[in-house]
Amino acid sequence: MTERTVAQALNAALDEALEAPDVVLLGEDVGVTGGVFRVSDGLFKKYGPDRVIDTPVAESGIIGAAFGMAIAGLRPIAEIQFMGFSYPAVDQIINHVGRIRNRSRHRFTAPMVIRIPYGGGIGAAEHHSESAEAMFVHTPGVKVVVPSNPYDAKGLLLAAIDDPDPVVVLEPIRVYRSIKGDVPDGHYTVPIGLAAMEHEGRDVTIIAYGAMMKEARAAAVQLEDDGVSVELIDLRSLVPFDTEMMVDSVRKTGRAVVVQEAHRSAGMASEIVAVLQEHALYHLNAPIERITGWDVVIPLRRAEKHYLPTVDQIVAAARRTLEA
Amino acid sequence: MTAGADASADTVSIPLDKKLEMYRMMLDARLFEEKAHKLFFEGLVKGTSHLALGQEAVAAGFAAAMRSDDLTFCTYRGHTHTLLRGADMGALMAELLGRGNGICGGKGGSMHLTDVSVGAMGSYAIVGAHLPIAAGAAWAAQARGTGQVSVVFFGDGATNIGAFHEALNLAAVWSLPVVFVCENNLYMEYTPIGAVTAVPNPAADRAGAYGLEGIILDGNDVEAVYSTATAALEHARAGGGPQLIEAKTYRHGGHSRADPGTYRPDEEVQEWLDRDPIPAFRARLEAAGVAAETLDTIEAESDAAVEAATEVARSGPFPDPANLETQVWADGGSSWRN
Repeated sequence: MTERTVAQALNAALDEALEAPDVVLLGEDVGVTGGVFRVSDGLFKKYGPDRVIDTPVAESGIIGAAFGMAIAGLRPIAEIQFMGFSYPAVDQIINHVGRIRNRSRHRFTAPMVIRIPYGGGIGAAEHHSESAEAMFVHTPGVKVVVPSNPYDAKGLLLAAIDDPDPVVVLEPIRVYRSIKGDVPDGHYTVPIGLAAMEHEGRDVTIIAYGAMMKEARAAAVQLEDDGVSVELIDLRSLVPFDTEMMVDSVRKTGRAVVVQEAHRSAGMASEIVAVLQEHALYHLNAPIERITGWDVVIPLRRAEKHYLPTVDQIVAAARRTLEA
Repeated sequence: MTAGADASADTVSIPLDKKLEMYRMMLDARLFEEKAHKLFFEGLVKGTSHLALGQEAVAAGFAAAMRSDDLTFCTYRGHTHTLLRGADMGALMAELLGRGNGICGGKGGSMHLTDVSVGAMGSYAIVGAHLPIAAGAAWAAQARGTGQVSVVFFGDGATNIGAFHEALNLAAVWSLPVVFVCENNLYMEYTPIGAVTAVPNPAADRAGAYGLEGIILDGNDVEAVYSTATAALEHARAGGGPQLIEAKTYRHGGHSRADPGTYRPDEEVQEWLDRDPIPAFRARLEAAGVAAETLDTIEAESDAAVEAATEVARSGPFPDPANLETQVWADGGSSWRN
């Protein structure tokens, strides 16, 4: 057990995965530099240029090549530097990566991982700050996970690398280095598809994932201090997602607040609300609340704070459900 | 700059049985597609289809030159490439008819033919997208030391899309065993390629930008294709890096089933019909002493094979609706998700 940041935990997972000769890591600056966020720090030196591959700036080429590697016997891990930069590669991900199993009638898959740092945090606006997870959640044939802490970061990334399907791993930029935690040194996985019950409670369920868990945890502490019993769920896997844990919780508490950093319309929170009303409507004591980003272009540093959901917003939403 | 080597005249000695194999391949492809065209007008072919009638020499010359475990990546105009790598003709025809016994279970149709068991790694209907994929597969072959070569076929239209350039650069900088084959049939869908491209040879003239030699080839001469393909495959397999070949050819029909191709001048169409690769090759074989009956027999056998495949397709069941939710993720379909 070693105390690590999220970035260090991801580095440990990559290091462990690269011990297998069929795993390669590729992307812009991932080699000599160790990646724009230094997540692959030291791995080029340890594994060499044929295993940790610096690519040109060519996202469609990176994901296309990784896909070709995956269908020809390797297990590539492709890094895209920022979520906005993934859009030139969306053709590959939607049109090809997610479809080869279906096209080949199950004879074939693309066992690859696409790592994408996402969300606000460095204040550079637009392409460097986006949360476009809904686009990938909407894509048949790929899985999507979003760790919120160092333990899950390593365990989910290793599970993604082991998974026979293509997995998009969204890495929350804002908590790369702001959260530390104990991480086991050996190989372990966090199963894809299971949420984490961070705190049990009776009055209201708060559901969040990724970087927003930081705000959700703070909101839960504040509400608990005021005598509200909060059940806090870290979704952590978006495809597939843990319907059972969310539904069981909301049937118990009768109230829910769903938090996402992404734009509001047709987002992950919308899907969760739909699933909750399908399975828990008659147990609800109040309308389900959504706390989300706005449907606007994500702004520069100072204004980014106004874009991102806050602890106060989550607390207020929970109170509204209690007053309904 | 202009293209480098002209490979058209480069015909090394090809054994007779290889020549007859290629003759059979071209006939299989021709008769298969002519039949598919007829079945379309009977309302039996589902979705759209893009025929490569007139372009058979490129597919046959390469398929005959490739090792059985080499990898083919092709486009939505990919019936011939998939068939000539050895995919089952009946299952291919059934796929065109959207039947459950089709090669993709009736889910993919004409544009998505895939048979990994014969190295047909997919028909890609997004122009250019498969070029970086072929490069990646070539990386894997190199890393695993399998000696396989990736061969990726694309049209002239693909040379103006970003993925073409990204893939050539990746393949060149990593010195990958991949052969890029542009089938230049002069038209990007409905538009003459020359009207939208800055250079006269859309693929070969770009080769120099990636440190490659631009190889131009008569794509209607199956022997020239075979010779060039053999040399390119050897070069790539020996670690010499990628090759870029532009094969000049022509599609006898329009872009897709809905297109009669009337935007093409009659004289141009006639000129290329006169250069039809199949009669031209037959004349050459007869001049070299192959008996007409031998060639007639091959044609009759191809015809019988296509008829049998058509029967397999016509009698195939339509896909079971329960099959819709399968083969999406490793653990099946999406029922667990929704």
